[in-house]
Amino acid sequence: MDTPIIELTGVIKSFGPVNVLRGVELRAYPGKVTALVGDNGAGKSTLIKGLAGVQPYDEGEVRFEGRPVSLTHPRDASALGIEVVYQDLALCDNLDIVQNMFLGREELVAGTFDEGKMERQSSEVLRSLNVRTVKSVRQKVASLSGGQRQTVAIARAVLKKAKVVILDEPTAALGVAQTEQVLNLVQRLASQGVAVIIISHNLADVFKVADYISVLYLGTMVAEVPTAETTYDDVVGYITGSKTYNPTGARA
Amino acid sequence: MSAPSSNDTTTNTTTLLPESVSDLIGSGQEGGVSQQFSAWLSRVRQGEMGALPAVAGFIVLSILFSFLSPYFLTERNFANFLTQAAELVMLGMALVFVILLGEIDLSAGVTGGLAMCIWVVLTDVTKLNWFLALLIAFAVGLAVGSFIGFFVARIGIPSFVVTLGLFLGFQGLELIVIGAGGNFQVQTPAIVALMNNNLPVWGGWLMLAVFVALSLATSFWDRSRRTAANVPNGPVAMVLIKAGALLVLGGLAVFLLSQDRSASIIAIRGVPIVVPIVLAVLWIGTFVLDRTKFGRYIYAVGGNAEAARRSGVNVVLIRFLVFVICSFLAVGSGLFTAARVGSVDATAGKDIVLSGVAAAVVGGVSLFGGRGRLVHAAVGALVIAVITNGLGLLNLPSGLNNVIAGAVLVLAATIDALSRLRSGGSLFRR
Repeated sequence: MDTPIIELTGVIKSFGPVNVLRGVELRAYPGKVTALVGDNGAGKSTLIKGLAGVQPYDEGEVRFEGRPVSLTHPRDASALGIEVVYQDLALCDNLDIVQNMFLGREELVAGTFDEGKMERQSSEVLRSLNVRTVKSVRQKVASLSGGQRQTVAIARAVLKKAKVVILDEPTAALGVAQTEQVLNLVQRLASQGVAVIIISHNLADVFKVADYISVLYLGTMVAEVPTAETTYDDVVGYITGSKTYNPTGARA
Repeated sequence: MSAPSSNDTTTNTTTLLPESVSDLIGSGQEGGVSQQFSAWLSRVRQGEMGALPAVAGFIVLSILFSFLSPYFLTERNFANFLTQAAELVMLGMALVFVILLGEIDLSAGVTGGLAMCIWVVLTDVTKLNWFLALLIAFAVGLAVGSFIGFFVARIGIPSFVVTLGLFLGFQGLELIVIGAGGNFQVQTPAIVALMNNNLPVWGGWLMLAVFVALSLATSFWDRSRRTAANVPNGPVAMVLIKAGALLVLGGLAVFLLSQDRSASIIAIRGVPIVVPIVLAVLWIGTFVLDRTKFGRYIYAVGGNAEAARRSGVNVVLIRFLVFVICSFLAVGSGLFTAARVGSVDATAGKDIVLSGVAAAVVGGVSLFGGRGRLVHAAVGALVIAVITNGLGLLNLPSGLNNVIAGAVLVLAATIDALSRLRSGGSLFRR
């Protein structure tokens, strides 16, 4: 098995009396897509927010490239190269693609924007992701389709030289063609050596792109399994709690 | 959409791609002047009209008034119009900063008024040095802005509520500072000169030369940086056309203001002193909004505060600072009013704030935030000022002034909404 770039063990998070995460493990590998699945309320979002440094975990260990790290602020995650592409995309409609991709870390010359440099890099990143649907990098994000927005959001993470990209429901609001585009993008991202964690409710998508599937059930990780070694029905079983995963092969 | 003009540069990324594509995505800089123009036209048709309706409104109203009053199109009225409009242009620009965040500052007018009340009492009664007193007045603006900013950005009270409270409170404070029924003359020559004196004729031409040079310099600076980054530049003719338009229109204005407009034998000529001040604020503010992180973050927070926060933008600080800037510039507006009227009373700044908001909206600044530029508010302010000016010349009942200004406001908002409605359906979607 590969060495994980990021490895969580025994992660616990509670909101008052509600124990959302009760000792969770998670691993993600460079160049691989790890799908994080689970029913609503299983704790997927809480797990991700902890990785993003938005909502630190109460307990547990996070190892990044083998050494323990603390993620208590979005800055910590960013500094390590962990980027989250949220479901609501977190793009500014009133800004263009370049402005969105560089938001928060604009290239400056003498205190003012180096628009040429930013435009060039944005264009190159989009091209490296094989994006062909965007006409102009100076288009306002408001004028983009859902799939194009997702593309911009992912490209933003690539631009930051992210080592781990977490995608929260990237295809939830998309049509068939656009879903296809985004899934291609996810694979292309992984092929660049990025560890991709994708959260999805759509198991068809998951089986199409994921190398590993991790299943959360009521705050515990009930299965971490290579996609090639499991089936659609098994994963549904783990998600709903009707099956339990046993790595040795014996299944209940 | 690969443009023929962007076939330059490296090919390291293209080799990865399955089919041949140009190595850069379009940037809207491609094509010649006619293509740039048609691209602009299609943006306008899609609803990105900016200040266009306001400019059209200004021209129509000007033509209308020039037929209705023989005095309207005179050099003297042109100069008067500019000095009358200055305070509204200034306030409109001040408000753009908060409106860009989807916030509002209802107290901007009385903040300027209160600062001027304090200034006039300090100079007239306390006999403090006028410049020192002016520094104190602007400090009052900064303090008021910090107060609003703290309550809105840190405590989280809606800006409408905080500034409504100050709008009421400051009217009371003005009364306390000035004393009931009081009225103080502005006796400082330097302040009176703002509105009543003019640059020498050569000064007007120098001013024009400076602004045209600044415009050309920033454009060519941008081009050089784009060239360095190896991305296509737009046609150089566009830069020259813009600078040429500025030169011609500005030149016409300076020429008119350089004619003797006096009714007596003592000649009055030159650009009013307030004009370069307002233009400087406009230029600096636009520079900050377009080219610096602070400006970009104002647009980002106005567009999607959560996205800005996740990108590492200090949303609280940005929100705080726009109120500080607004109140600071509002003191400038109050100063212009005091200089023009020649006195300060306890109602200073009470009536102007909604005209300032109207100026921004007429000019195309969105009250929902994220959309608009300083020049939009400036043009909107000119539209409202031309109504006031024109109706004043016609000796019509003054109530009509507000009626027409209100109608223009609603009309402008309607044009804006309709243009957006039309663009909603089909743009860029396949």
